[in-house]
Amino acid sequence: MAIKKSVPSRLFDVFNVLLLSLITLIALYPFLYVVFVSFSNANEYAAYTGIVYKPVGFSLAAYKAVFSNKDIYTGYMNTLFYVVVGTACNVIMTSIGAYVISRKNFMWRKPITTMIVVTMFFSGGLIPNYLLIKSLGLLNSRMALIIPTVISTYNLMILKTAFFNLPDSIEEAAKIDGANDFVILFQIIFPLTLPSIAVITLYYAVGHWNSWFNAMIYLSDRDLYPLQLFLREILISNSMDNMLMDSSAAEKEQISQTIQYATIMVATVPILLLYPFLQKYFVKGVMIGAVKG
Amino acid sequence: MRDDSFWSKIKKDYSKNYIVVYMMIIVVAYYVVFHYLPMYGVTMAFQDFNVSKGIFGSQWVGLKHFKEFFSSIYAWRTIRNTLLLSFYQLLFGFPFPIILALLLNEVRVKWFKKTVQSITYLPHFISVVVVCGMVVEFTSQSGLINDIIAMFGGERVSFLLKPEWFRPIYVTTSLWQSVGWDSIIYLAALAGVDPALYEAAYTDGANRFRQFWHVTLPSIAPTIIVLFILNIGKFMSQGAEKVILLYNENVYETADVISSFVYRRGLINADYSFSTAVGLFNSVINLILVVTANTLSRKFSESSLW
Repeated sequence: MAIKKSVPSRLFDVFNVLLLSLITLIALYPFLYVVFVSFSNANEYAAYTGIVYKPVGFSLAAYKAVFSNKDIYTGYMNTLFYVVVGTACNVIMTSIGAYVISRKNFMWRKPITTMIVVTMFFSGGLIPNYLLIKSLGLLNSRMALIIPTVISTYNLMILKTAFFNLPDSIEEAAKIDGANDFVILFQIIFPLTLPSIAVITLYYAVGHWNSWFNAMIYLSDRDLYPLQLFLREILISNSMDNMLMDSSAAEKEQISQTIQYATIMVATVPILLLYPFLQKYFVKGVMIGAVKG
Repeated sequence: MRDDSFWSKIKKDYSKNYIVVYMMIIVVAYYVVFHYLPMYGVTMAFQDFNVSKGIFGSQWVGLKHFKEFFSSIYAWRTIRNTLLLSFYQLLFGFPFPIILALLLNEVRVKWFKKTVQSITYLPHFISVVVVCGMVVEFTSQSGLINDIIAMFGGERVSFLLKPEWFRPIYVTTSLWQSVGWDSIIYLAALAGVDPALYEAAYTDGANRFRQFWHVTLPSIAPTIIVLFILNIGKFMSQGAEKVILLYNENVYETADVISSFVYRRGLINADYSFSTAVGLFNSVINLILVVTANTLSRKFSESSLW
């Protein structure tokens, strides 16, 4: 249907596109700035003032420093462990939980659901949790970042809704064929609810990738630190001594800035490269979370 | 008799569902240990908790820690900062995603709309540590913001050391991170509007603004109301993470919120009972707010958290 547009309507369209372009630019510019500075020559950048719209000089020195930093490597490996092992445990335990509270003919379903939902509204808080981890002997162990958060009740509810909405006949048929509950859960329900499984997997994985607070309070051994904790040292506490050992004080001051930007790049680009492939699952997640769980 | 039949019910259920029963035991064990034990642990807010004596041997002191908190200067400061940060985040963080969604909804060029969406979602995927790292670099003496200020002849400012700048920085970065992402839910509501409504409005002579006013806006009003109410429910649950990453002693006056105070007193000063009491006070307020918000939300619409 071709509707002839009035003048005010066209003016609005122009204004709208301009405004949205401006918003997009504001959202994007911080990233561009990080990219540009990370490839800049430290001395030239330090002397430069004004808007940066391309690398100031060109140098890979910052990246060399970042890639020769053992911490970044250790952090990446540890984070990879927490993401892979942690998420696997999360998904298995959450689907078991969701399976239990979505059994329609199971007499404990209602009381267990209540018991679980209560924890969404009230928690012991930081200190009792910390003392619990301490008394369980989990302090300074990788498990401290995996076991205590193995089920997120929010994700559990997303999955429970998906399981609950499956037609009963599918499981009845499987039971008649002699399938036990594990077979039903992992071989029949899993493939049928794959979109929801994908969404919670993504949520858990992103959670592990971003997490630093629990690591900070539970871990003291640097060999166990996830990437985010090292990033915190480099970006916020400004400690880069192991990357700047053979520089003078003035050089340090200058190159430390470009190193910080290169560090942001190294820690962020892998995620942003994955992002186009995952975007639709994230968006789906927002939708699933929005409907009544 | 009743007891007996209850037992036989359990037995019958077990014989039918015994694998599910084992699964349940694992899940229940997890919730008991990692959620209900800490809940019981809040009783130490009423004790002088001593690590060597444990939670069963420590001395009960009643409301001592609550009294101490409320008579200290920290009570008002942390409560005020928590409320103000939430308030400013709601003031800016709530309407902007709606406006963005409404503007995007008027765009007819598909690739432009898609590009704007993808780019404005992007900041959501940056970890909080990296975002705060970017804030630290951008606001440093020779950083981006100060370069721009200097370009216009202004004076360079040490933003993160000035109490009056903490809230603007905190709210601006939250807005940058979430505005695109938070608009998704409104865009979905807008996508669900029946095109026939617009056609009808058009035939009735409604111009574009009238169509927006009488069709678009009413169709997302329920979503707006529900999300607003749910946001109110989170008013006192200001997380500690971003605050801890961005604050320092110079800006405690405006930056220190309840959760960051609990972290500092509890884990850095090992003042366990006192900080548990402060945390408990916060949890109870949160509980009241969330339950009220949900009741309201249910009244206004079909949707609620549970």
